[in-house]
Amino acid sequence: MQAYIIRRVLALIPTLIFASLIVFITVRLIPGDIIDLMLSSNDIGADKKSREQLEAALGLNQPVVTQYFRWVGAILFEGSLGKSLWQNTPVMEEILHRLPITFELGIMALIVALVVGIPIGVYSAVAQDTIGDYVTRSFAILALALPGFWVGTLVMVFPSIWWGWSPEVKFTPFSQDPLKNLAQMAIPALILGKAFSAVTMRLTRTMMLEVMRQDYIRTALAKGLAPRTTIIRHALRNALIPVVTLVGLQAPVLFGGAVIMEQIFVIPGMGLLLLEAVGQRDYPIITGVFLIVGVAVVFINLLVDLSYGLLDPKVRYR
Amino acid sequence: MGAPLLSVKNLSTEFRTERGTVKAVDDVSFDLAAGETLAIVGESGSGKSITAMSILRLIPQPPGRITSGEVVFDGQDLLKVDESEIRAIRGNRIAMIFQEPMSSLNPSLTVGLQIAEPINLHRKTPWAAAMDKAAELLARVRLPDAKSRVKSYPHQFSGGMRQRAMIAMALACQPQLIIADEPTTALDVTVQAQILALLKEVTRAANSALILITHDLGVVARYADRVCVMYGGRIVEAGPAREIYARPRHPYTIGLMASIPRLDQEAGQRLVPIEGQPPNLAKLPPGCAFAPRCQRAADICRSERPPLVQTTPEHLSACHFHAQLSA
Repeated sequence: MQAYIIRRVLALIPTLIFASLIVFITVRLIPGDIIDLMLSSNDIGADKKSREQLEAALGLNQPVVTQYFRWVGAILFEGSLGKSLWQNTPVMEEILHRLPITFELGIMALIVALVVGIPIGVYSAVAQDTIGDYVTRSFAILALALPGFWVGTLVMVFPSIWWGWSPEVKFTPFSQDPLKNLAQMAIPALILGKAFSAVTMRLTRTMMLEVMRQDYIRTALAKGLAPRTTIIRHALRNALIPVVTLVGLQAPVLFGGAVIMEQIFVIPGMGLLLLEAVGQRDYPIITGVFLIVGVAVVFINLLVDLSYGLLDPKVRYR
Repeated sequence: MGAPLLSVKNLSTEFRTERGTVKAVDDVSFDLAAGETLAIVGESGSGKSITAMSILRLIPQPPGRITSGEVVFDGQDLLKVDESEIRAIRGNRIAMIFQEPMSSLNPSLTVGLQIAEPINLHRKTPWAAAMDKAAELLARVRLPDAKSRVKSYPHQFSGGMRQRAMIAMALACQPQLIIADEPTTALDVTVQAQILALLKEVTRAANSALILITHDLGVVARYADRVCVMYGGRIVEAGPAREIYARPRHPYTIGLMASIPRLDQEAGQRLVPIEGQPPNLAKLPPGCAFAPRCQRAADICRSERPPLVQTTPEHLSACHFHAQLSA
């Protein structure tokens, strides 16, 4: 298993090189570059000379390839992701500061998805073709169909109109007041997790229906086990294997959703950082965020693959 | 013989399908004494498995439904007891062994746990002790290395080993009755004989009765005391195994016997298949279900369903011409 993990981590290297190249080049292709923005915001004349000076100061006058290798060199030899072009602060520091917040939001959304999706999926399968099944399935479709940004905006706007209440916008870090922090994160996490919970519910239902038809379920019932024990001990474990795969596949989707939720609910996570950086064309931050997210997604999928071994005894890592 | 251990009376089970209601089991009756081995023989779709599943009420409902009859086990009608009472009997006093050892064991649980499960459930034995018992049971079904094998998963077992594990599971609570639904069909021929011999041996040792469901008349001859032959959801012939072998009283049984190879036959003799297709249960003819395939069928066979009558006090046949038949 150790050898398996080492090989998987090594396989990460080409993935990351490829991904970082794409990000590194494409952010520089966004129309309206950082020089324009800086010049206009500082009201310096946009003449050719000041452009060139600024480019040289920021190191943007070199060919993209040179810039890329400098960037990679800094990561490898200094563990540095460069500095923000605007604030001149280390990108790594900024990301490490915000990563836990986004991570917390993602984990909470994941918990919402699993805690809501799995039991309802099981119920819906057991109660197949009853009213309860139709109702839960309809809700799942609804949760899937309503876009998170729309629901989030409604939650921000309507309660304040109706009851004069709106979600807290001043962020409280977990370390300062855990309860207040969790309360604040709950609404965005619910919205972020709702589509994921719908997908989880549908998949759990389908898999449960499939598994409940298996011969070993009949064997379990023939032993005298109650339906509840049969479902929990014999069916669920086998039904959950694809749900674990889903978690790995949904990780990047969750990050995409987190960017939006952080923007709507003013949560200073990686998403907000990214969005601001894109607006300001702060290239090192954009590439840094994508690199870290890429590494995280790959590692989450490694964890997912390793967890198969816990669920399915047939899986061996070689 | 006192009161039988199991008495199935006029059992009928229907399935609702897209093409109408199918009578999978139609008015089936038989008795089974304690310690006795009864074989239920028939081709696929004859209702033999459904009969067995109906005894323990394991028919998926819907689409299945037991429409009438009694299943009296040790003085109790299993079709009338409530859900918790039938669960207390399943795996405890009546155990089942299924056809597919590959898929009848849960792939994600250890074999030991699956054998220990009924012991823990019915005997309230703590898991650790139940697992020790599981190892003992695996040794009793002569699984080599039984002690370490309790921690194995089904995919680490061969088909024959899995069926041994299934037998161990069935024996777990020393049931009075074991129902084995084609226990060897999915196994290699060489393993089949071993498993059947083992099954017979362990049931005899435990003084359990055995219902052996099979399509193989050859199996019946060696292991069963009595035989019920089913066709089209009904019992067409029943009696002591020896008697049925020596003097079959139904053309279907005679056909079955002609279609299996026998050692006492002269070499080079052809096997005689039964012509035609098994009956469509949704569209059974008004008369004898076997009539369309029967060489001896007369007009009465196509219009009137033959009742199951005694040809001798122990031997029953549902053929209008049972008196004229001899193999």
